[in-house]
Amino acid sequence: MLIARRLGRRYGEKRVLRGINLELPSGGFLVVTGANGSGKTTLLRICAGLAQPTEGTIERSVLRAQVGYLGHEPLVYRELTAFENLELYGRLYRVAERGERIGMLLERFGLWDVRHERVASYSRGMTQRLALCRVLLHEPELLVLDEPYSALDEAGAELLDAQLAELRGERTFLLATHEPARLEPFATGRLALAA
Amino acid sequence: MSYFRDVGALARKDLLLELRARDTLPAMLLFVASVFVVFHFALPASPSRLATIGLLWVAILFTALLGLGRAFVPEREQRTMDGLVLTPCDRSAIWLAKSLATLAFLAAAEVVALPLYAVFFHPIGGATVAAVVLADIGICAVGTFLGAMAVATRARDLLLPLLFLPLAIPIVVGAVGASVAASPARYLGFLVLYDALFAVVCWASFEYVVAE
Repeated sequence: MLIARRLGRRYGEKRVLRGINLELPSGGFLVVTGANGSGKTTLLRICAGLAQPTEGTIERSVLRAQVGYLGHEPLVYRELTAFENLELYGRLYRVAERGERIGMLLERFGLWDVRHERVASYSRGMTQRLALCRVLLHEPELLVLDEPYSALDEAGAELLDAQLAELRGERTFLLATHEPARLEPFATGRLALAA
Repeated sequence: MSYFRDVGALARKDLLLELRARDTLPAMLLFVASVFVVFHFALPASPSRLATIGLLWVAILFTALLGLGRAFVPEREQRTMDGLVLTPCDRSAIWLAKSLATLAFLAAAEVVALPLYAVFFHPIGGATVAAVVLADIGICAVGTFLGAMAVATRARDLLLPLLFLPLAIPIVVGAVGASVAASPARYLGFLVLYDALFAVVCWASFEYVVAE
């Protein structure tokens, strides 16, 4: 699914990633750990196709439409409602039976009752739940999740655990976290980045 | 057809965002109206048509610049460009939709600006209206493209006018020429050529603007 060889990335003079090798087979679950500034986010952005490496190579066997990316920002519009955001992404991803899929995800992540409220009025945790709905909306083959538990309360974290358990093996995961213990039951591989 | 459906969905999103946030169009309206009011009092009584036509085009250009400067603000502040570029839609659809939304804001500002100009200065002729339509297309096509480039930089507020104004000089030449010349067809043809050329260039190269 994903093969990286001697991957590196520089921003001007600053080198944020160096000599990363990784192989992520289809159905794998790779957990990336490392201190702040170790390049986790940069690595995930490169793997998602959002950035290009300045050194090394990366091979992806999925199209960009089959990637689900969760970044530090939820990537939703604050002045739109949850439903409008998912409707927009659903259209762009050509999701079949969009309304049903959106409704199912909003229900599952506890946002159905607030679906017509603007995201600007949501708490950080609710926004993160919406971001997870956005990521799962088009049923991606490769899920690239950067700190997915960030801002989630215990109920939200359990919802995410249940989702990961359901999709584990069926989808391929590349996930960066500061809480590797929580993901221990799912992980098929680990990559620790040095600062 | 799916390309135009994507453009429609993205443009609708931009119009909805403006309808909710109201942070672009009111600023454009206030700016263009203020310019005409100020110059109405600043210029001598009965200024020449030639001078006021120049004023009209400067006002339109800087009003457009206000809108263009805000065009990618939601994508920058909420980092949603990452979300959009990952979707399977052609990346040029993002540029086209944003250009259409900016064009709608500029046209709305001009619906107020042109009658105001006619009240304060001189009547507007058909050739000027045609020039406004054609110039708007060029301004929005080029400006949106440059806005996407500038928004990724730290000096975005400075960079956009620096990049845009030199490229807008041919638009001003064509538009002022069409507004004052006895036979404006040549100038209108020039604006059509400018629009077609730059629309194709921006459409074809937007992919590289949003790639990191």
